[in-house]
Formats: sequence, C-alpha cells, structure tokens
Amino acid sequence: MDLSRFNLITIATPLVLGAGVLLVMLVDLLSGRANRRPAQLAALAVVLAAAAVCLATWNTGGVSFFGQVSGDGFASFFNLIFLAVAFLVILAGPAYLERNAIHFGEYYSLVLVSVMGMAFMAAGTNLLVIFLGLETMSLALYVLAGFNPARQSSNEASLKYLLLGSFATGFLVFGIALVYGQIGSTDLARFSAYLAGAGDPFAGYMGAGVALLLIGLTFKMAVVPFHFWSPDVYDGAPTVVSAFMSAAPKAAAFAAALRIFYAPAESLGLPWERILWILAALTMTVGNLSALNQASIKRMLAYSSVAHAGYLLLGILAGNELGAAGILFYLASYVFMNVGAFTVAWMVNRRGEGRYDLGDFAQLGFRRPLLAAMMSVFMLGLIGIPPLAGFFGKLYVFTAAVQAGYVWLVVIAVLNSAVSVFYYLRVMVIMYMRENEALKDVDRIPATFAAVAACALMVILLGLIPGSVLDVARAAVASMP
Amino acid sequence: MLETIIILVKVWAVLLTLVSLAAIMTWVERKESAIMQDRLGANRADILGFRVIGLFQPMADGLKMFFKEDFVPPQGNKILHTLAPVLAFFPAMVTFAVIPFGNVLNIGDLAIKLQIADLNIGLLFILAFGGFTSYGVVLAGWSSNSKYAMLGGLRGAAQLISYEVVLGLSLVGLVMVYGTLQLDRMVLAQNELLFGFLPAWGIFLQPLAFLLFFPAAIAESKRIPFDLPEAESEIVGYYTEYSGLRFGLFYFAEFVEIIVISALVSTLFFGGYHIPWLYEEGFAFPWGWTWELPHLVVVILRLAAFFVKIAFFAWLQVLIRWTLPRFRFDQMMRLCWKGLLPLVVLNILVTGLILLLAQN
Amino acid sequence: MEAFFFLLLAVVSIFSGLMVILQKSPVASVLFLVLTLVCVAALFVMLSAPFIAAIQVIIYAGAIMVLFLFVLMLLNLQRFTEGAWSRFQITGVVVAAVLAVVTALLLRAVPLPADSGFLRETPGLGSVEAVGLSLFTEYLLPFEIASFLLLAGIIGAVILSRRRP
Repeated sequence: MDLSRFNLITIATPLVLGAGVLLVMLVDLLSGRANRRPAQLAALAVVLAAAAVCLATWNTGGVSFFGQVSGDGFASFFNLIFLAVAFLVILAGPAYLERNAIHFGEYYSLVLVSVMGMAFMAAGTNLLVIFLGLETMSLALYVLAGFNPARQSSNEASLKYLLLGSFATGFLVFGIALVYGQIGSTDLARFSAYLAGAGDPFAGYMGAGVALLLIGLTFKMAVVPFHFWSPDVYDGAPTVVSAFMSAAPKAAAFAAALRIFYAPAESLGLPWERILWILAALTMTVGNLSALNQASIKRMLAYSSVAHAGYLLLGILAGNELGAAGILFYLASYVFMNVGAFTVAWMVNRRGEGRYDLGDFAQLGFRRPLLAAMMSVFMLGLIGIPPLAGFFGKLYVFTAAVQAGYVWLVVIAVLNSAVSVFYYLRVMVIMYMRENEALKDVDRIPATFAAVAACALMVILLGLIPGSVLDVARAAVASMP
Repeated sequence: MLETIIILVKVWAVLLTLVSLAAIMTWVERKESAIMQDRLGANRADILGFRVIGLFQPMADGLKMFFKEDFVPPQGNKILHTLAPVLAFFPAMVTFAVIPFGNVLNIGDLAIKLQIADLNIGLLFILAFGGFTSYGVVLAGWSSNSKYAMLGGLRGAAQLISYEVVLGLSLVGLVMVYGTLQLDRMVLAQNELLFGFLPAWGIFLQPLAFLLFFPAAIAESKRIPFDLPEAESEIVGYYTEYSGLRFGLFYFAEFVEIIVISALVSTLFFGGYHIPWLYEEGFAFPWGWTWELPHLVVVILRLAAFFVKIAFFAWLQVLIRWTLPRFRFDQMMRLCWKGLLPLVVLNILVTGLILLLAQN
Repeated sequence: MEAFFFLLLAVVSIFSGLMVILQKSPVASVLFLVLTLVCVAALFVMLSAPFIAAIQVIIYAGAIMVLFLFVLMLLNLQRFTEGAWSRFQITGVVVAAVLAVVTALLLRAVPLPADSGFLRETPGLGSVEAVGLSLFTEYLLPFEIASFLLLAGIIGAVILSRRRP
C-alpha cells in the first residue's frame, strides 16, 4: 500500500481533535459520577495540543488523501479560530452548566467533535469532505442546543435547528449531486476548472447545483432569507452553547464558502453577483432592523450576528484577495466579540434562565466596572469603532467590495452600521446610566472572567496589529490550491 | 430453455426439501423434548394403525391448522394481519436461494451448479432478507390490536434489531479471511488445508465468530433462551391473536428458520458440503493415502455430508431450546450490547491485525 | 425485458412514495416507505450496483424502518384527524409543484443520452470489491469522517435520552 498518498500532516489538527473526543469521553467515564473537572481539563488540554499542532504544521500539509483535503495555511488559520472559540467556551462553560444543573461530560466531547467537523469544512477540497464536516459539526450542535432537557425552549431550539438544518443539508446534498451530475466529480479543483472553461457556467445542472450549494451554506451562515432559525435557536439554546454557535459555525460556513467559491468567483459571472448582492443587502438590513427592537440580549445578539453575516457576504461577493483575507480577519475578530458578549450576557443574567432582559445590565458599570468595560469593548467592536478589531474587519471587507465596484452595496453596509450603533450603544447606556433596579450582585467566577478578559484582549490586540494579521490572512488565502 | 428448466428444477427441489425438512423438524422437536423430559412424546397419530414412531404427527398438525377457525380480530388491521405471517415466512425461505448445497454436477456436457443463485453479494443477500423477518413480528404485534401481541411485537423489534448487529458484524471477520461475500467461493476456500492437515473451516479460522454468530442467530429465530417476543408463559406473544393457517405460517417459519440457521452455520463455519480431505477426484488423506471415487459418488457424498451437518445443528438447536431457561429482557439486551457486541468488534480488530501481519 | 422491469419498479416506487404522504395511518406510511426503498434497491441492482442495493435493504428497510415502526408503536399514534387543508399542506403542494416544474425544466435542458456506455466502460463498477477499494483508498478520509459523524450521533442519543434528574 502506498502510504505517501495518506499524508497525515494535512489532517493533523482534526486528528488530534478526533483522538481528543475519545480521550475526553474516557476521562469522563473514569472520573466518577459527580466530578466533571477532569473532563474539562482534558478537553482544554486537547484544544491546546491541537492548537500547538496547528501552529507547528502551519501551511505545511498540501493536498493529500487523493485530493480530498488540503492542509494549507487557509485551513490552519481557520483551525486556530475554531480552537480559540472552543477553548473559550470550554473554559467559561462549567459555571453556566453548574448553575443550570446540566454539567455533563458530553458537553466537552460534543464541542470537540463539532470543532473537528469545522476543521474538515475549512480543509476540504472535495464537496464530500465539506459536506461530512458540516454534518459532523451540525449534529453536535443540534444536541448541544438541546443540552438542557428540563427547559422547553432548549428542546424547541434543538428540534427547530434539527429540522431546518436537515432541510438545509438536503439542499446541500442535492446541490452536490447536481454538480456531480454535470462534471462527474465532487473535486473542487475540477469544479473550478469546469467553471473556468465553460462558456455558460450555469448550463445544464450547474445552475441549480450551485444555487442549492449556496442555499445549504447560507443557511449555516444565517443569511436572510434562511435566517429564521437563528434567533429562536440562539435564544433557546443554553447560552454557553449560543456563544459557541454564533461564532464558530458561522466561521466554518464562510470557510467552506470560500473553499468552494473563491477560486471560480471570476467565472461565475453576473447572475451570481446579482444574487449575492441581493442576499448581502437583505441580510444586513433585515438583521439590523430586527435587532433594533429586541428586549432580550440574546435575541439582539442573534440578529446582530445575522447582520454580520451580511457584511461578511461582501467579502465573498468582492471575490478578490482582499475580500477573502478580509473575511478571515473579520471572522477572527468577530468570534471573540460574540463569544465575549454572550458570555457576559449569561454572567449578568439575574432573572433566571430564559429571561435575558437588557435591564440586567443596569448599574453594571458601577458594580463591576471591569466587566462593563469589557462588554463595552465588545459592543464598540461590533459597531466597528476605529481602534478595535471590528473596525478593521469591516474596513477590509468594505474596501474589497469598493475595489470590486460594489459602491452602492458598501453605502448600504455603512448605513446599516450606523443603524447598528443604536442597539449596541443601548447596552452601554443601560450599563452606565440606568438607575439601580435592586438586582442581585453578579457572581464572581474567575475562569469565566478570564475567558471574557481574553476575548476583550484579543479584540483590542487585533485592532492594534491589524496589518500583520491581515498579512497572515493574505498568505493563508494565497496558499489555497 | 434448458437452463430455465434446470433452474426451475433446482428451485422446486430446494423448496420441497426445505419444507419437508421443516415439517420433520416439528416432529424432531416433539420427540427430542420428550426424550429429554423422560416422556414418550408424540406417538398417537396413526394411519390405519401404523404409528411409525409418531412420524405422522406433522400431518396431523397440518390438518388441524387447516380446519381451525381463521380468526381475524375485528378491531385490528385486516390487511396487515394477513401480511404479517407471510412476511415472517417468506424471507426465511428466500435465503436458501444463495446457499450452495453441492459443487458442480456434471451430466455429460452439462455442468449444473448445485446452488440456485450464485450472487456476488450472497452473504449480504441473506442479511438483507433476514432483516425482513422482523416486520412479521412487529406487524403481527401491531395489527392484532391486543396488548399482549403489542408487547410481543415491541420486544421482538428491539431484540431482532439488536441481534442483527451482532449477526452481521460477526461475519465480517469471515469475509476478511476468505476475501469474498460469495458463499460459493467461501465454501470452496474451506476445502483448503491449514498446516497440511486441518481443513480451513470457518470454525478453525474464526472460532470466536462462530461463538458469537450462533447465539445471535438463535436470537434471530426467537427461540428459547431468546423467546421474549413469544414468552408463552408471560405474554403469549406477538401471535396471540392468530389461529389456523396464519398461525401455522408463523409456527412453520420458526422451523424453516432452524433449518436455514443450520445450513448457514454449516456453510460458513463447517465447510458447507465438504468432507475433510475429499476432493473432486476422491479422498486424499494428509498421510498420503488416496482413494479415487467416481464423480457421482463424490457429489452424493457431499450432498449427504451437507444434510448430516444440517441435521446436527438442527438437533443442537432443539437441545439448547429445551435446556435453557428464558432470559429476562434486560439480561438479553445487556448480553447483546455489552457482551457480544464488544467481542464482535474485538474479533474484527484481531482478525485485521493478524491478516496485516500475515501479509507482511 | 429490462425496460419492463424498470417501468414496473419506477411505477411501484412512485406510487408507494405518494402513498407514504397520502396515508392517514403512520404505520401504513412507514410500510409504503419500506416498499419504496425496496424498489429503489431493485433499481440499484438494475444499475449493476448490487452492493448499494443490499446495504440499502439491510440498513434502511431492515433496520431504520423497523425502528420507525418501533417508535410509532411506542407512541401509539392515532390516525391523523381529517380536516380542511391546512396552510402547511397548501404550501407543501405549491412547493412540490414548483420543484416538479424546475426538475422538468432541468431534465429538458440537459438531454440525457439513451445509453451513456458508462457501465460497460467500467465493468464491476458497483461490485463489493470496487466499492470497497474506492472506499479505502480515494474515499478513505470521508469514510473516517463519517464514523465521527456517527459518534457525534451516538453521544447525542445518550444525552437526549438521559433520565431527567
């Protein structure tokens, strides 16, 4: 047997994660009924090990496994994003899970297996691998959304996500089948080559195939009109899970979209651009307008994440290197802001699970000034205020879109950002200006606080050195085969 | 034309043999249990005063089934109630299509393969149709609109699905060793010799697989100690509401299944129709003796050997049925998922390792 | 002969597929679904893919659908009450009609050759050996990822079926 075709370096990171899933399950099994600490520590160790492996094998993999995966810098960049999110939710999670009496060891294995799926979405150079990665990720997320079986909204979120998610998966698979029917392969290199060579890229089954692929992926990104699930699911799911779900899967879906559509973007032509244009404009506007009037912080963040998917679509639409690299940078900063914001949301929640009123934030600025300051960093970052990472993410993506000639769309995007200022700033206003409503004090949880602090630090840090991170992102995009 | 006739003859012969064997099995079951319990057993059925150690009993049973009232529960689903026994009976019969009962019979220029259908996916064919028997149980339980039948159907569904996993996986090791799913080729491979004297039967190559396959197969036939879907002493089982010929079909299917399981075990683990050291030309013993035999004698010897093997395992199954008590449901499930399944996976793992080492 | 069997299987599978959604009794729906699956398996055999056919019957018809029946029996669902067409049904019919039109247009747009010769060019395409070889070489990685997909499913089942404390 020729083993050189199976270059394990290309899949080193997901491999570590896969082994980690089994390890964490074993540790959890051996550590007795009441004690979940060993499982958490094992999961953290696995994530750190995977991150170390990811850094050590950065852009060294190349295409392997008969062209199924590519362990290039692009995959490594995204792996690092996924692993960071996993680390944060595993670090912050136990306090929340304990509070709701749902601290089971499976939480850690599910997060890890889901991240493994994402890693394959980012590394796959074959539609089959991307599909399987997406399914692995989604299956774990369906379960995580229903992780609190005692609460009806959690069950509802899980079921809703499962039903709609399976439907979207059906679209994706059907799209893959049609693409296969047209070109006789699920290989992405063949896909790009076919599109580049075809006179009419959408002739035959290809038009329907590409459309269905797009629907399948945009569902996972929560792009309008396939976003209906996201507010309900983020709202109903346990909040640690919402933090994870709003960040990592979105990044993974964009990774897959870039893998599939970045190389043939040129050859897809006008109809493609029009569809994406409309999708992006709709997503931004609907997301922001819906977020305006939300009383629950979780729903507000959910709609805000829909809006962000719209901004990110600009990068795909632009189809140039800056657009793709901009998406990478945007996502790298976005995940920290979102995980941070969701984590603060459950930390300050004092009305019991299921009632995430914005009023919870009242007086936070005086009682817990540090926490309030960090929440402010996340909110300002999500708006895109200059020194923070969020600003540069938007700047790069918008610039790329302008370069590609979509000036009007960028105008819409900027107007939308202006609208978003209202609801993001409202949180800060409540934190610093609203009178005390005689709420309980917020618990002091060192590990969770550390996770939030790490998020805030990253948002600031990425804002300080945007150029060098963008260079890494550019190199990552360039390393795609 | 000739080919069609040959195939029809083969199908007819196999069906006839299978049905009569199953009929005899009802007598065997009665007689063997009688002997084990120190009774005389079925010895009253007589024709004109001839009793022939009770061999007329199956006929009497059949007649009784024919003339009993065929009752359909009025609140139940009539169509499914009729369909269920057929679904229990038919798949068991069909599996015999791929079991080889001899090699090739040469009559002049004509070479007749002693097997109805030599499928590329023979083993999977058996598993596929074996899976269908569970519909008979489940539908019988559901369509009767009776609590007892329903309980039996539920138990049956859970049990059959669980043991199907073990059944299928236990054969994977065998497939790995012989490198084929074709039963015909598997049987041929079993006439090779290991270490120059031992026939390469499945039992020697995959002893653990046999120890797992046999109980799983008995569980699939729903007989004691795995007769929870029936459990006549507690819930009467999925065919509570059946009588007459429809009940007869269920009853008969059980005996057909015994024969099928015996044939399968012989084919997969005990060399099928092979007799050790008997080749196409005759015997060739490992210590050097040879004994040439005419073609027809070899074919008949092998056919006989196959029947002897089937008879042995049918006897063994009846022996087990009348020896052991019934499992409790949780014990049965635990045995499957926590006992047999890990062993089955271990068997695959070890087999793979040995094959890999043997290759290098 | 081949065309006859194809037509027979196609008609039966489409008919039973329709019956799956038109039946009032869920158990009957499941049984028609089994019939559909068996017909599709037979079509696979006609496309010289016996392995896929056998797996389809073993996994879907033999295992998954029995579990469906099992769950239906446990839930003991009554027949769905007949009533006026709900909004969902109307939406469903509209979507189905649109899909049918789109599919018809697609099939018209791409003229299918009567015989592409694909099967003759690659003999043994759907045999166990061929499927096994490609599964363990070219598609080894997807195969292994699928096993983790199943692992995630198993963990999920354990979590969701856990007894409430």
